[in-house]
Amino acid sequence: MKCLLLTCTASFLLSGAVHAATIAMEDQSQIKVPAPAEHITYFQPPQQSELPDNAYGKMVMDGYALFVDTKRQAPQFVGNGLNCTNCHLDQGRLANSAPLWGAYPMYPAYRKKNDKVNTFAERLQGCFQFSMNGGTPPAADSREITALSTYAYWLSTKAPTGVELPGRGYPDVPEPKGGYNLISGAALYKDQCAVCHGDNGQGQKVGEDYVMPPLWGKDSYNWGAGMHRINTAASFIKHNMPLGKANSLSDEQAWNVAAYVNTHERPQDPRLVEGSVEKTRLKFHANDGVNVYGQTVNGVLIGQGTE
Amino acid sequence: MIPLKRTLLSSFMLLAVSNTQAQPTPNIYLQGGAQPGATACMACHGADGMGLAAAGFPRLAGLSADYLSKQLHDFQSGKRVSPVMQPLAKVLSDSEITSVTAAIAAMPAPAVPAINRSRMPDGLGEKLALRGAWDRQIPECVSCHGPGGVGVGSAFPPLANQPAMYLAAQLNAWRDGTRHNDPNDLMGHIAKAMTEDEIKAVADYFSTVGHKEVKP
Repeated sequence: MKCLLLTCTASFLLSGAVHAATIAMEDQSQIKVPAPAEHITYFQPPQQSELPDNAYGKMVMDGYALFVDTKRQAPQFVGNGLNCTNCHLDQGRLANSAPLWGAYPMYPAYRKKNDKVNTFAERLQGCFQFSMNGGTPPAADSREITALSTYAYWLSTKAPTGVELPGRGYPDVPEPKGGYNLISGAALYKDQCAVCHGDNGQGQKVGEDYVMPPLWGKDSYNWGAGMHRINTAASFIKHNMPLGKANSLSDEQAWNVAAYVNTHERPQDPRLVEGSVEKTRLKFHANDGVNVYGQTVNGVLIGQGTE
Repeated sequence: MIPLKRTLLSSFMLLAVSNTQAQPTPNIYLQGGAQPGATACMACHGADGMGLAAAGFPRLAGLSADYLSKQLHDFQSGKRVSPVMQPLAKVLSDSEITSVTAAIAAMPAPAVPAINRSRMPDGLGEKLALRGAWDRQIPECVSCHGPGGVGVGSAFPPLANQPAMYLAAQLNAWRDGTRHNDPNDLMGHIAKAMTEDEIKAVADYFSTVGHKEVKP
């Protein structure tokens, strides 16, 4: 009996591992977004009051609930302490905060890098696998992906298809001329970020639930998430942080603090190649923006993952 | 033969112990501080620490000791302005502040329903609380103050079950700059973007949030 149980557990774990390795959208590399122009009028997503009182309206609100309360609404697909809205502010509506209305109309998308076409459902699955460190993601026709896609579709109401709308993604912030500085980043983190995210990037909880998201460690995004890139985090931070004080940091400050955050350890990249950080670095990180995965920083190899 | 030094030490320790037993640490919350003018907190904040809504005196029960200690020190230094609290705080010693804030933090806080962001807001106050007003860079109140405004850590005090009059007065003080003892102007910045109607609505919302029913 004991033996049988063990075998079952082992095969379950094994099949879990096999499933987790299936990644529909392997290419998580960045999209290029120019810096925003002055006095721009961004696309305006619809208001909730405009939603019809029918199955469509209910599906949109189901997607909304998943988006703002992901960890509690879809616990089996979230392996860390994050919710979608942590990185897509204002419930996925805010310009320069990777709004859903800037992403949805750009799919299906062709990626030259792996000569593949990826659907929006696959993009969402990628979010679950990397940003949410969730293991096997919900199926393309699952309740979760359907509801989130419907929510994104609704937010894109009257947006043109296949057009790069201003405000999409996190607009690029130029790297400081002399590169980033981890010591300045640490000082800025202590001054402006630790009040919410904690001295060790651990976030803050009420009861079991995170209120402020963890920025590194086992409950944060993994090494495959787009946010692990220093340039992407710098862009996000510059345009969105501290919460309610967007654009209050200089470009250099945003880069320094992004580098400080992203030189800390986090869960392993689920695309790990043959158990080798070096092979994974070569295949997925060597040409993916600015990141330190697989590099040695202050004598420590980064990218070893957390427990 | 026991050395004199040790005997003295033991008797001193005995004295210290018996002293503690005879006179427990004075409860500053209920009885006031040692110096003249250090009135008991309960006079305004209530024996249960729940404040006095009609007068706008805030609830203290269950607030973080670090938060309370910072406020008392800020009243002392003038970083936080209050004609009532400043003279009271000035006659408290550091050790009295440590003791009274620990006692207040241990007082039972009222239950706060875990109103999550997935709930559909009903009215302006709840909309600000759960959705913010991002066209003016106003985040959801709950994104820092926690579900239902229960309070998070030592920097984000509870909003739930605070008197509406107190909450509105503080928001107005942040807005006009008379209160500015927040970390990195996080709250001042937000309050300055709020309208009078929004301040009133959100203050009303959090003052009554404890009575709301939470749908599962």
